[in-house]
Amino acid sequence: MNKSGKIPLFKTNFNTIQKIAPGVFTLTFPRTEDFRPGQMLAITLNKAEDPRLYSIASGNFEKEYRILFDIQSEGFLTPRLAELKSGDTLYISRPFGSFYGGSGLDWWIAAGTGIAPFISMLEVGMAEGKTLIHGGRKLESFYFADAFKLVLKDNYIRCSSVLNEEGIYAGRLTEYLLHIENLPMDINYYICGSSQLVVDVRDLLIKRGVPYNQIIAEIYF
Amino acid sequence: MIKENLFGKTLFELQEIVVKLGFQKFVAKQLTDWMYKKRIHSFEEMRNLSKPTREKLAEKYKLSFTDSTSVQESIDGTKKYLFPLKGNQFIETAFIPEGERATLCVSSQVGCKMGCLFCMTGKQGFQGNLTAGEILNQIFNLPDFEKLTNVVYMGMGEPLDNLDEVLKSIEILTADYGLAWSPKRITVSTIGIIPAMKRFLVLSKANLAVSLHSPFEEERKNLMPIESVYHLPKLLDEIRAFEFGGQRRVSFEYIMFKGVNDQQKHINELARILNGIKCRINLIRFHAIPGTPLESSSNETILRFQDGLKRKGIVTTIRASRGEDIFAACGLLSTKELVKRKKNEVY
Repeated sequence: MNKSGKIPLFKTNFNTIQKIAPGVFTLTFPRTEDFRPGQMLAITLNKAEDPRLYSIASGNFEKEYRILFDIQSEGFLTPRLAELKSGDTLYISRPFGSFYGGSGLDWWIAAGTGIAPFISMLEVGMAEGKTLIHGGRKLESFYFADAFKLVLKDNYIRCSSVLNEEGIYAGRLTEYLLHIENLPMDINYYICGSSQLVVDVRDLLIKRGVPYNQIIAEIYF
Repeated sequence: MIKENLFGKTLFELQEIVVKLGFQKFVAKQLTDWMYKKRIHSFEEMRNLSKPTREKLAEKYKLSFTDSTSVQESIDGTKKYLFPLKGNQFIETAFIPEGERATLCVSSQVGCKMGCLFCMTGKQGFQGNLTAGEILNQIFNLPDFEKLTNVVYMGMGEPLDNLDEVLKSIEILTADYGLAWSPKRITVSTIGIIPAMKRFLVLSKANLAVSLHSPFEEERKNLMPIESVYHLPKLLDEIRAFEFGGQRRVSFEYIMFKGVNDQQKHINELARILNGIKCRINLIRFHAIPGTPLESSSNETILRFQDGLKRKGIVTTIRASRGEDIFAACGLLSTKELVKRKKNEVY
């Protein structure tokens, strides 16, 4: 942090952008230093503008950082990120934050692009023994589904209140969590998403008897 | 055409507007006199502006104030006002009289993104930021305005997540062209968004209150998800490094949770991590919210905790609970029942 309160930012060049679903993109750029899965970057296109925070969605063995974002129609940054061309300049912070996953049989819970930190954890081999519950509306909303399915197998649970597809729970992820029998009480729950998702899921888990200090949340703000 | 509201604009913003309209810059100062010093509610009442000027202003802009639609009064004299906003949204504001002092607790957002475990506002999610005009409307349009001695930004929302509008509102409260209040009468609370806190400290002279609630990172993370993003040691380093000057105050809010953060180890660790910071700790009794796994520490425990901190040389006060019977006390403000959930939520 410098004296003006701005997070120190470093210039880098954007490498690739890939549309992975309607309005949803991954963006890659050179990795400048080590990080732990679950950490984030502050990103902006112009140093004069306040950066926005994005979870890193790549493994720390890769040469690049990857972030995952969806275009917010009234968003300040995401519509412009989606227009980037290879070689354009980005300003990024050092990786920071501590939404680190654990080594136990944890459950990961996310909605939409809240899946990003769990992609990073998956790519460094932290998914072993984990259960992922991902909420989305459409089939293409389950980003990186093939990779998760390959590792997590039956412990990869997709929830959608609008889809009626085999292998996908027909209902919101909160309904899934409300109705599932034998909800484990002795593991950690990691939640990532909007404040409403985090609050709703946390309240539900607590109501079902999960101790609050086994619930770790990262809120997109 | 939707007309923009001039109320809540800073002098600089008004100067830009009047110059664009073809008026002299001093018209902006006339506008601030009428809006902020005389607190009038229409262009027609601005008697030192020419009729064409008033007409042109009214053609392009509006002066809009919103009355509260309900008020609840506590047995202790605290009043909770409900203010409607555009888009069928609502905020709450608490007026807390106490002897010679009368404090207004204003909201800065509709709902809150921060999701603290103990806070009722967080349970309604986030619906939007208030403009400086909407923040100031809670003050200027308060029936008890004349009694006000202090304003605290501790209502709904995280003020530093809406820093630009909060700073504008503070400027209007403290500038000579506005209410010309001393910044000592204003306190802004934060859960610790470090970059915004640094900007606030540089760009404002108002007091700072930091929601602490535990001196241990892992414990704080369970109570406040922000700890995963901005860590307590770094937050305190930034505060320690800032030159507050003689008058400006920094305080730490500490809600007392039974068996969670009220033990001797917490006193010891608070003393360690706050070393070198001239500050005060405000101990707050927890006001239970529905579905919470937390309970308040007993009064005896709170007194013992205060004593323990004082023995370590830390100025420690216990905040009196006010307005609990009308859900106006700390952490209880919420308009959740009035929020319409989005149909397209993905989860």
